Amino acid sequence: MTTIEGESATDLRVVGKSLPKVDAVGKLIGLTAYADDIELPNTLFCKLLRSHHPHARIISIDTSPALAMEGVVAVITQDDLPVKYGIMPTSEDEHGLEGEKVRFVGDPVAAVAAVDEETALAACRAIKVEYQPLEAIESIEHALLPPSDEPIQDYAGPGNIHRAGALEFGEVDEGFAKSNYIREDVFFYEGNTHLPMEQHSATATYVGDQLTLWSSTQNPHYVHRAMAKVFEMPMSHVRVIAAPHGGGFGGKADPFSHEVAVCKLAMITGRPVKCTLTREEVFYTHRGRHPVLMWVRTGVSEDGKIQAMHFRTALDGGAYGSYGPASMLYTGALQPTTYNIPAYRFEGVRVFTNKAPCGPKRGHGTPQPRFALELHLDKIAEDIGLDPVELRRRNFVKPYTRTINHLRITSCGLEEATEQVIEASGFLRRKKSLGHGMGFAISSYMCGAGLPIYWNKLPHSECIVQVNRGGVSLYCGATDIGQGSDTVLATVAAEELGLWPSDIRIFSGDTGLAPVDLGSYSSRVTFMAGNAALQAAHEMREILVNAVAEKMECSPSEVTVGEGKIGEMTFEEAANLAQEKLGVLSTRGSYAPPKNIGGRFKASGVGPSPAYSYSAAVVDLDADPYSGEIQLNKVWIAHDIGRPINSLTVRGQVEGGVYMGLGEALMEAQLYRHGLHKVPSMLDYKSLTFMDMPEVETYLVETIDLEGPYGAKEVGQGPLLPVIPAVASAVHDALGVWVDEVPITPDKIMRALDARAKGREGRYGPKSFPAIPYPTIVKVPPFDASSSSF
Amino acid sequence: MLRLPRFSYLRPGSVTEAVEILAEYGSRARVVAGGTDLVPKMKRGQIEPEVVVGLSHLEELRRIEKANDGGFEIGACVTLAEVATNPALQSAYPGYAKAAALVSSPALRNSGTIGGNLCVDTRCNYYDESYEWRKALGFCMKKDGDICRVAPASATCRAIASSDTAPAAISMNATALLIGPDGQREVPVASLYQDNGKFYMTKSPEEILVSLHMPAPGSWKSSYVKVRSRGSIDFPLVGAAAAVQMDGPKIEACRVVITAVGPQPLDVSEAAAALIGREIDAAVLEEVAAEAAKPARPLDNADLSYVWRKRMTRRAIEQAIREAADVA
Repeated sequence: MTTIEGESATDLRVVGKSLPKVDAVGKLIGLTAYADDIELPNTLFCKLLRSHHPHARIISIDTSPALAMEGVVAVITQDDLPVKYGIMPTSEDEHGLEGEKVRFVGDPVAAVAAVDEETALAACRAIKVEYQPLEAIESIEHALLPPSDEPIQDYAGPGNIHRAGALEFGEVDEGFAKSNYIREDVFFYEGNTHLPMEQHSATATYVGDQLTLWSSTQNPHYVHRAMAKVFEMPMSHVRVIAAPHGGGFGGKADPFSHEVAVCKLAMITGRPVKCTLTREEVFYTHRGRHPVLMWVRTGVSEDGKIQAMHFRTALDGGAYGSYGPASMLYTGALQPTTYNIPAYRFEGVRVFTNKAPCGPKRGHGTPQPRFALELHLDKIAEDIGLDPVELRRRNFVKPYTRTINHLRITSCGLEEATEQVIEASGFLRRKKSLGHGMGFAISSYMCGAGLPIYWNKLPHSECIVQVNRGGVSLYCGATDIGQGSDTVLATVAAEELGLWPSDIRIFSGDTGLAPVDLGSYSSRVTFMAGNAALQAAHEMREILVNAVAEKMECSPSEVTVGEGKIGEMTFEEAANLAQEKLGVLSTRGSYAPPKNIGGRFKASGVGPSPAYSYSAAVVDLDADPYSGEIQLNKVWIAHDIGRPINSLTVRGQVEGGVYMGLGEALMEAQLYRHGLHKVPSMLDYKSLTFMDMPEVETYLVETIDLEGPYGAKEVGQGPLLPVIPAVASAVHDALGVWVDEVPITPDKIMRALDARAKGREGRYGPKSFPAIPYPTIVKVPPFDASSSSF
Repeated sequence: MLRLPRFSYLRPGSVTEAVEILAEYGSRARVVAGGTDLVPKMKRGQIEPEVVVGLSHLEELRRIEKANDGGFEIGACVTLAEVATNPALQSAYPGYAKAAALVSSPALRNSGTIGGNLCVDTRCNYYDESYEWRKALGFCMKKDGDICRVAPASATCRAIASSDTAPAAISMNATALLIGPDGQREVPVASLYQDNGKFYMTKSPEEILVSLHMPAPGSWKSSYVKVRSRGSIDFPLVGAAAAVQMDGPKIEACRVVITAVGPQPLDVSEAAAALIGREIDAAVLEEVAAEAAKPARPLDNADLSYVWRKRMTRRAIEQAIREAADVA
């Protein structure tokens, strides 16, 4: 459906080409063993007993009926897991199995290991749990009220407030005072989930004081750390292996109950223990998109230049912390990375509710404010009679600048990306007709978080390249979750060593085998692990070139590398030559982001990144003026990739992001009713089918970032972001009504049309923003340019 | 994964033998052909048969034959895909063939059968979830409970009739052949259903629906319009089947059957009387559709708001009549 044309224009040999993924064949022929395919001898099967109550105190748990059942080997509860954990050090609020209270329908309270799943399930049902129900909190507004009995969590607060922040950069009041036009809007973005094809699965063994966990995880590094903490074991006795992956999107980025449970049960029974979640359980495990209520106020000058912006958010976090403090700050951090905002105030809060915990999903905390911001700018443009593209252009950030919130911008292809989609789609020449519309929006995303999730000084990514027996092996903790990171690492090494990506053996995602990489989150792998691989491979290249130069009695600069040869020697000959002389050949590379990329204020850890990708999209659709039904016609998207390491996989990521964005825009919703998930099934939780997916025309903008490996930036998350506001904008273009709430479903459009027909504002969305006890605003002094590189 | 509970699978050698098995086990047994409805529901504990009686291997149930009246006899185990792609059926009963083509997804149409679709369980998003979910919510009267969760004041279950092919068959005056312990009987498809989401079929558990008789179409032209959230997979949010006989540009006779707006398909042909003897005209059609949609009672137990589904009922009826009459 998408145009697959035009590889990166470059003199590089393999970087930028459209080549198959290095792990494609195994997956194609069904030989790749995913987490659920792992079958060790004598394995026990684990099921989790989950809460039927949204919020309740646990009076008692009686596991004896389960233990008495034939085939049941062990049953554990919170008593077996006294140590709390959580992905962020400030929110370690999970036991894996809860013993004092349950906080959402689906919260695990016990785990059974049995000879088969059927027995384990029957045993779970035999466990007797006595509950004392508590009031269930189902909305942001409800969570802001003082709890009638007790808060959901016993930390943070007051009440059910988990985290709040308030920051001001520049002089916001002054900015509004000198604005010619000021507008306020309220938006709501409903929560949704990742919906990976593969359910979570984990298997653990415990042999001779060594704990090994195979799991469908994005972040073996953090899971390793969590297991060592929970079981009070030295890190050296824990090994976490990320199994080949059937999709993460942020949903497999936390340490999880089922992982903790299989480890503990393996330790108790001495046998391998496996747990594979059902689809329904995946909905409860969640950690997906936060529902966010947003208020934004912006002042512009006569010519549409932003003078000041005030952005407020309220996040429905669900029952646990997860990445919440970061998620909350991300709803405010990236607005200034696309538009030059000279004065910016952000206030955010995350509340606990009795729902499955929210966390990071593709775009983590930024699709919601991006939706709000882009629509808000559309409305301002309409109000002041300026073309929406022109309004944006007048405010675009420039390359190699510093944002008001101290973020360092390097390469920036916003202008080029905009130009591409505007031209290709004919957006400015579109004909106005009822029921047909086009929408335009832009966005940016990080190429990896500037700081790790817990404070430590280790490199963010490390890589070992080993040459042995004439072949190359590359070891890196990075985890290929289908995004193609193994392919990126192999391509980088192949480019340096004059080989093909398929010549490089990759050993990744294994904390017992490969050096540190923080994980597959925040779009960090190509940039960070790619740089580590580049460094290691380049050093190896020099070793081989020097060996060949010595043998040939020439200068190393005369030795060419490529086409499987080092100088006149084959790679294998050169490798053996060097190994004979030096012994086993091993080089290393490591990457940590520069220190000066963000500010030095409280909460400044969220937002900084060594580079930002940029995207622009135009969506063309038909919207039925009676029913509100939408037919997507086409999406044009341009993405500033820096430089593609593999053009084919980059385009795949762009299309995947567009697909996921369209689903969020039109139908995906993690809804609750009567205290529980309304439809935890793949039939009733709607996401786009093949039939609903329009043609996508993808353009790659190459800005060659000075710090990215070969100039590369991220693509895993950014391209989702502009799609959602572009859909909303296109609906407005088609029908003249605003749907200020995601997902934009036909019934909401119909309500907006009804409102207009009755003489009211043609709009559907939240009417007001609640009074929120945000903390006192911290005024952050301007960035100190003397510590900056530009 | 969600596992099937234990059950016995019986493979009768003939319909007669299948009927004997059902006579023995009664409501403890279920017949299965494609399994696209039964199997997931067994996994979720919504249907818990001791015995599952396979039918799809019985050749006598897999035939499409020309009937004596010029119509067609379609065996219950003919797949939806076969009906959807059969040129003779497409030409004689475009509405019915289209309805079959709009059921679920290609894979499920290759497996699912026309008998299964006529008998497909009613749906409700207070019911179509796992045992554990229903336990957390509180069970409903359709399974394990005693109250209708979507309409607590209702004495009967309000789960939604979800067969796409039933309204299309009814609009063509189709009949169904049932065989039970007391012999066989042929009944109008319309009379297979009743206004009760739990006991949604009138046939006894011992009876097997063995074939569908579609009468000769004569000059009847038909269509089916399905409203759903996505372009594939989904059950109907509203379905409207229309059949018309034309006298030149004028409508001579018109039948309209709607579905997914209550526990049974509803024949609302009477409301179409205003169209008879007239050319199709937007204003009259709108009036007729509004009148025909009146008995629709969508509730908050499916995707999208019930207000929207109610209004879409009118839209679907209008479109179905236009399509059947072939006027834009």
